[in-house]
Amino acid sequence: MARLLAILLMLALALPARAQDAFIDALAGLGGGFGAQAEAADRLGTLGDPRAIAPMRALSDGRLLRRADGTLIIRTDGGAIEAATGAPADATGAETVRINNRVRVALRGALGKLQLVSPDAGERLAAAEAVFRSPSAENVPLLDAALARETQPRIRERMELALAASRLVATDAAQKRAGIATLGASSSPEARAILLEARAQNADLLAEIEAAVAAIDRRLAVRRAAETFFQGLSLGSVLLLAALGLAVTFGVMGVINMAHGEFVMLGAYTTFLVQQALRDIPGLAPFALPLSIPAAFLVAGLGGLLMERGLIRHLYGRPLETLLLTFGVGMMIQQAVRLAFGAQNREVTSPPWMQGTLLLPFDIPVTANRLWILLFSLAFFVLIVAAIRFTRFGLEMRAVTQRRPIAAAMGIRTGRVDALTFAFGSGIAGIAGVALSQIDNVSPNLGTGYIIDSFLVVVFGGVGSLAGTLIASFGLGLINKVLEPWAGAVLAKVFVLVAVMVFIQRRPRGLFPQKGRAAEA
Amino acid sequence: MSATTLDAAPSRLRLGLRAGMIGAVCLLAAFPVLNQLPETHALHVSDFLVSVSGKWICYAILALSLDLAWGYAGILSLGHGAFFALGGYAMGMHLMRLIGPRGVYGHPVLPDFMVFLGYRELPWYWLGFDSFAFAMLMVLLVPGMLALVLGWLCFRSRITGVYLSIITQAMTYALMLAFFRNDMGFGGNNGFTDFKELLGMPLNTGAARATLFYASLVSLVVCYLLCRWMTATKYGRVLTAIRDAESRVRFLGYDVTRHKLFAFVASAMMAGLAGALYVPQVGIINPGEFSPGNSIEAVVWVAVGGRGTLVGAVLGAFSVNGLKTWLTSAAPDLWLFVLGGLFVAVTLFLPKGLIGLLQGRGK
Repeated sequence: MARLLAILLMLALALPARAQDAFIDALAGLGGGFGAQAEAADRLGTLGDPRAIAPMRALSDGRLLRRADGTLIIRTDGGAIEAATGAPADATGAETVRINNRVRVALRGALGKLQLVSPDAGERLAAAEAVFRSPSAENVPLLDAALARETQPRIRERMELALAASRLVATDAAQKRAGIATLGASSSPEARAILLEARAQNADLLAEIEAAVAAIDRRLAVRRAAETFFQGLSLGSVLLLAALGLAVTFGVMGVINMAHGEFVMLGAYTTFLVQQALRDIPGLAPFALPLSIPAAFLVAGLGGLLMERGLIRHLYGRPLETLLLTFGVGMMIQQAVRLAFGAQNREVTSPPWMQGTLLLPFDIPVTANRLWILLFSLAFFVLIVAAIRFTRFGLEMRAVTQRRPIAAAMGIRTGRVDALTFAFGSGIAGIAGVALSQIDNVSPNLGTGYIIDSFLVVVFGGVGSLAGTLIASFGLGLINKVLEPWAGAVLAKVFVLVAVMVFIQRRPRGLFPQKGRAAEA
Repeated sequence: MSATTLDAAPSRLRLGLRAGMIGAVCLLAAFPVLNQLPETHALHVSDFLVSVSGKWICYAILALSLDLAWGYAGILSLGHGAFFALGGYAMGMHLMRLIGPRGVYGHPVLPDFMVFLGYRELPWYWLGFDSFAFAMLMVLLVPGMLALVLGWLCFRSRITGVYLSIITQAMTYALMLAFFRNDMGFGGNNGFTDFKELLGMPLNTGAARATLFYASLVSLVVCYLLCRWMTATKYGRVLTAIRDAESRVRFLGYDVTRHKLFAFVASAMMAGLAGALYVPQVGIINPGEFSPGNSIEAVVWVAVGGRGTLVGAVLGAFSVNGLKTWLTSAAPDLWLFVLGGLFVAVTLFLPKGLIGLLQGRGK
């Protein structure tokens, strides 16, 4: 037993040495005549050893030198290295190795294959894609060699697909079966296309191929459904953010504020300004976005406070007048911002942790900022509900909106609560603006796009019910995204508008109507 | 607040307003004639003034229709621009059919944009629009039907106030999105333009402009008289009562839904007529006409003039649009501030609009 182990160990040790020998043997050929060079290039190409890349590139660029003793040397920018070992070398007296067109063609082919083992991950992935798209049985050993070295799971996956596709065009039926099985286990539309194409040549394996295609289809359908679901959630989170402030001012207070969208826009511009202000302060620049949240709350909240005290308070109980007045104010805010910042979009950069794409289960690609906004909107919702339920201010707010005279009789300063509630709702709109600046264009008419949707969400969910707003925004977001594939983005939106109108017919007070006296107001 | 203030106002004011109105109509009627005078003449009216006042007359009809819904029935529609645009599109379809083989692609039947988009034949909803009478019928029927369906759905389930306003705004917004689509068969983003003729008159002549101008002016007078008649009868009184105390009127046994629905549909038809007169004068109709901002602007005209008074609506349309035409060339950046400021000022300080000011002086 021990002897057997020893032999195995020796074999295992010998294997890399043998491979190295093969590389060095083949390498020497690059310094020979044109025929030997082409042969050596072919051999190096199939060996799959990444060390062969540098000498072959050097040869095709005319940077490969040969010393009198036959040692091959690569001339680099600063000096020279030995082709076999990569150790620094002395190039004096060495002459350039010449090549002809036949060698050039052989080198190009070999280098193309060797990209599979290139040290650059991007090159390896591209090479795997290329082999996958034009499969050939010759590539099987090369892919085997490349797979043995590959460590990155994403590239491994593509290489395995490429290997399977190459096996599928082999002559050996067992190889083909293995290829079909691997392709069938993937969830890639390209694998599906390759399988469908292979049906013509493989009448005997038709059943296996059909089964594999069906398996891919199932997986793709699940992925598409999951993708739609996430997109719906993402749209829902945007709607939730835009509508939350409105749920407080319109839903809880009953004040209709058509300038709500402009407070969202002010929040987005505050984000831009905070980012500009902190740009040159190294310690603070990465925190521009988190710091924008309180800043936007203050800016929009202050705007709301001024608007309530200065204008809206004179119009309580006259909703139509309030609607017109706030529309006018919104128009003026928009024009003021347009004059101050220009009509073009302002660039708000995302912090590094919000950039890029993540892969959720089922391979759903998700942009990081969408995911953050989804999480943020939910956390923010919880925070607002908690603020209304558990704080003194929240208690007073509920008291005033439910029964104003009684609240006043209890000693609550109703005017002050009105002003603060409106400021609170406007501040929430400002925070929504911070989040929306990450996914939308920061321009003066940022808010107009959201105002109608927000009102629909609040009305659909039931005026005065924050939980209704939550469910309505995610519900409308999901419906929208489910309809989009077969109706198109615009018609889906139109359909949702019509559906909400019809829904209000059946339940004029929304999904979660308020009960009791407050509902009669 | 009540519509009867004008009727109860001192007769001096009423007589003065009536004289002013007749005077204004006569003055407007003289515009195309004065346009014929040589340019050096002191009384010459420029082409620009004729065409711009032709537009304002259409706006005044829209304002009248909105006033009927808002000032008298209490229905604050933020989507009246949609009825206006639908009337305009119906007229535009007729004008497109009249282009015939004179289009860029020279197709005998299909408008240019359809040839461009690869249509083989005319969509069914374009049939009949080659006839003027049919097109005029559609100008009234399409907005009327939409108002009937929307109004029936809303009034029946007693959706009032701001809810109704938001629904009408959503309606015009949805229509705008829909009309922006190329495959709707309404020219998409570009809408209709490049019209050639109407009723055998080439549109680019002075005679056609004058004819359209007079047609608009006559329509305005007719619509005004119609609204006056509607609001002065018992029906109008009930409508005003619904505006001021809807449930009370319902308990008195009136069919509130039907009263409101009639006013809303009549108003939408009037708005459609205004749009139909507007399109040949400006030579283009596109989905931008559906934008919620347009409808809101119409609300300002009525609010500034004085809602609940028909003269006020017309006065508001002319004065706000006059101000707009002047300001957008004199100080374009200021216009939106002024428009926004008008909303604020009128709601806070002038709830009865300009007519309210006049009344205050008359007393």
